[in-house]
Amino acid sequence: MSNAPVASTPPGDQQPKVSQVSEAVIRIAGNSQDGIQAIGGFLARLAGRSEQEVMTFMTIPSTISGGPSIFQVRIGSGEVLTAGDEADILLAFYQHSYESHLNSLKKGGIVLYDADHVKDFTPENETTYRHIGVNISSLTVEAIGGTGRDKGKNVFALGLIARMFDLNIQKLHRLLEERFGTKDPTVLQNAMNCFNAGYNYTLATAEELFRFTPGENKHGHQVVTSGNEALAYGLIAAGVRFGAGYPITPWSDIMELLRRELPKYGGSFIQCEDEIASISMAIGASYAGRVAVTGSSGPGISLKTEALGWASMAEVPLVIVDVQRGGPSTGMPTNIEQSDLNIACFGGHGDSPRVVLAPSSVEDCFYTAIEAVNIARKYSTPVIILTDQGIATRIEAFVEPNLQTLCQDISPDLSPIAEHKPYDLSAPDGITRHVAPGTRIGTGKYPVVTGLEHDEMGHPTGSPKLHVAMTAKRRNKLRKLAEELPVPKVFGSPEGQVLLVSWGSSQGPIQEAIKQARAAGEAYSGLHIKYLNPLPNGLENVFSGFRHIFVVELNDEGFYGYGQFAAILRARYCDPRIRGITKVDGLTWKVREILDAARAMTR
Amino acid sequence: MSSIAISGTSLPRTGLNATPIPPLADSDRKPLMKKDVSADHPTWCPGCGDFSVLALYFKLIEKRRIWHEKIMTVAGIGCSSRFPYFVQGHGAHFIHGRALPFASGVSISRPDLHVFVFGGDGDAFSIGGNHFSHTARRNIKMTYVVMDNMVYGLTKKQTSPTSPIGFKSKTDVWGNFDRPINPMKQAISSGATFVARTTHTNPNHVLAMMEAAMDHNGFSFIECLSECVEFYEGAFDNSNPRKGGKFVEVPKEHDITDEYAAYRLADESAPGNFGIFYKVDRPTKNENETKVISDHRAKVGNLADWQILQKSFDRMK
Ligand SMILES: Cc1ncc(C[n+]2csc(CCOP(=O)(O)OP(=O)(O)O)c2C)c(N)n1
Ligand code: SF4
Ligand SMILES: [Mg+2]
Repeated sequence: MSNAPVASTPPGDQQPKVSQVSEAVIRIAGNSQDGIQAIGGFLARLAGRSEQEVMTFMTIPSTISGGPSIFQVRIGSGEVLTAGDEADILLAFYQHSYESHLNSLKKGGIVLYDADHVKDFTPENETTYRHIGVNISSLTVEAIGGTGRDKGKNVFALGLIARMFDLNIQKLHRLLEERFGTKDPTVLQNAMNCFNAGYNYTLATAEELFRFTPGENKHGHQVVTSGNEALAYGLIAAGVRFGAGYPITPWSDIMELLRRELPKYGGSFIQCEDEIASISMAIGASYAGRVAVTGSSGPGISLKTEALGWASMAEVPLVIVDVQRGGPSTGMPTNIEQSDLNIACFGGHGDSPRVVLAPSSVEDCFYTAIEAVNIARKYSTPVIILTDQGIATRIEAFVEPNLQTLCQDISPDLSPIAEHKPYDLSAPDGITRHVAPGTRIGTGKYPVVTGLEHDEMGHPTGSPKLHVAMTAKRRNKLRKLAEELPVPKVFGSPEGQVLLVSWGSSQGPIQEAIKQARAAGEAYSGLHIKYLNPLPNGLENVFSGFRHIFVVELNDEGFYGYGQFAAILRARYCDPRIRGITKVDGLTWKVREILDAARAMTR
Repeated sequence: MSSIAISGTSLPRTGLNATPIPPLADSDRKPLMKKDVSADHPTWCPGCGDFSVLALYFKLIEKRRIWHEKIMTVAGIGCSSRFPYFVQGHGAHFIHGRALPFASGVSISRPDLHVFVFGGDGDAFSIGGNHFSHTARRNIKMTYVVMDNMVYGLTKKQTSPTSPIGFKSKTDVWGNFDRPINPMKQAISSGATFVARTTHTNPNHVLAMMEAAMDHNGFSFIECLSECVEFYEGAFDNSNPRKGGKFVEVPKEHDITDEYAAYRLADESAPGNFGIFYKVDRPTKNENETKVISDHRAKVGNLADWQILQKSFDRMK
């Protein structure tokens, strides 16, 4: 617990002392079938209901049955920006969990282990970490009457943690009721028995128990959810009522949620035969009057590029969600990477301008979805939301959005109009806006939407002059968007030695790195860029205040030593101060890694 | 936190001339004539079979008194797929092989429109083969006319998936030896609910098939033989009485609801039979999705959208 105990009760007779902490990082390690994600989920929800900020981190194996799995939750009373570099507490279900994750525990941290499975300890480890053994498996079996093998040990462990942190037992009971309250009352009864057995277990060997300092009361309620869920609900709030997709991890959650939810709003989500059909169907629906969504991850994104080029050429609005994972090819399906920036900005043949935005947190997923829909409509363009495996699956708490003001109706206007030219070169704002099929046009002259170079009515042309004019039209409307985009604010002082530039999910760890560097007297600042293509204007003014500009991103340094975004910024600003800090180990940034790299490069 | 930079304010509909006009009662409208529904002059080679398919589409619109805005004409890429440019009406010229999923997006989200898709044999059965099967099995409401010339026209004489064995093309100079796809069998086995065959040299028959297809509630598929005079001249002479061939209609006693009989009919050697091979009623994807929606809407009652969403957010607390 990175904050030292602020108060402690003096040790009573045999009572362990109780320390107040402002935050804690708990890592739970076991196998995927042990319901580890569920414990993490309970803790995250509880924290959300208790005004504490929470951020979680989890990894799941790519195989569906069995295999090691972890969940890390960081709960804090203040602002939580990352899931934490090091854990304060490790809960290890097996010998292999113990061995693989002990090094993620900070020195002097507590390892709470299942004494039925973890049996080998080195004396050195025993002196470095505080060990507490509990027969989690056998006590769980005992608690539910012996029939249920050791299923339920996650809930038993939750009880132990609740005890250790003096968590709000009423709220946890309520969460258990919500989760396990089914038609069969024995399910809930068993869960309660497991939980209570864990909670009432005397942590005899614990020298210390903890209590969180109460968090500040936020304005409004907090909600706790994952990035994929927040994004899907953001699309619904934005008025999207049609989507099409093909399953692939980690995008599938979004399509499953939309398939379930959209019918309530009068919409549908169609599971297609492949990603090409998905984007084509979404484009068809979008053209038919209301911005639609498709999405994918990894290889599925590659498949969509031809149709994406069509949307760019035909100027049809569309939202494409790319939940990035490790690539290329099937790559690392359940690991985080930010290596789809190039395909998002440039993927496809020909000059095909499109918009790319990246959310920085779970909360931002919700708002970015709405913004993507609005940009797609306003500029009649495909918009790619570049999220990633990290944000997609992690759970965070954030202030509940005001849904009544945010929800929008974007149903098409089918009332007749006098005349219509879809690709009007003299339109006052230079932007195409299609009328949906079903609209009567007074002149009797109807448009064609097309991927061939075309004249103002959408009819094919081989005219070099028109190709030049239409290419400029498609490019200039997005230059106009760039003018409208807000210039991001510098995090920290506007002048200094090092500017750490981030995009997407790296925002949290970078801001924490900056805080630590500044605390150590180093002149570090940060710039988080959400609008990646086109870039907002005016970034050069921000860059001018710094000696070094490091772009921190999760992709490879490439042939020339720069990550994908660094290369784009160097090409855009021709500024040799821009350099890259990259890695591709499939894990989120640790604050230490960022600072070590930046310090080495400024030495 | 997040402020939204680009707000969802309502947008102007088009550029300069987006003046709204009053609605017009159908009774006050003049029925559309050929001149009203034809657009660009077709760029096809003189004598190309595709001309007659286009002419009969115009006839269909005229005869059935369809308004411009009530239909949508969609195509992929190929000579035949240039179709939408020649039709006055909302049209889309999409990418090679993917016209069906595009059309599905229109059909499912816009039940008020009838979607017509036109394209070639390569577009339908090679690059778009997968979509053909899946659109058929889902029974998405639309009419799909494949103008089968058994060759790649636009790219100038390569072997197509329907080219017969022995056909000499630029990619099979010694003659094709890959077994051709039988479009009828493909459609029936994939689950199409309306499967018909016609040829461009018999205009009345083409029109009759188009009308029947349009009236079918579901995925209606027509294979229309359409000669490429440039790269496969004479391909369909054997079904053209004017060229000494024979136009054989589907026998009167054929039961169009009998899948096996339809399959057997499709097995006849060239030039085969013409007419409706198969037609059954099965719920469309459109109807099934609509049912899911109405069931869900009944459950949420008359809550506003934001209130439905609020319920989901309440569960995240
Ligand atoms: C992805 C892609 N691959 C290849 C092409 C080139 N191409 C255009 S049309 C065509 C074949 C057309 O044959 P068919 O569908 O039978 O139409 P036809 O010209 O015979 O009417 C090909 C290969 C393309 N446009 N797009
Ligand atoms: S090449 Fe063949 S298919 Fe194409 S227009 Fe000419 S005749 Fe018709
Ligand atoms: Mg062909």
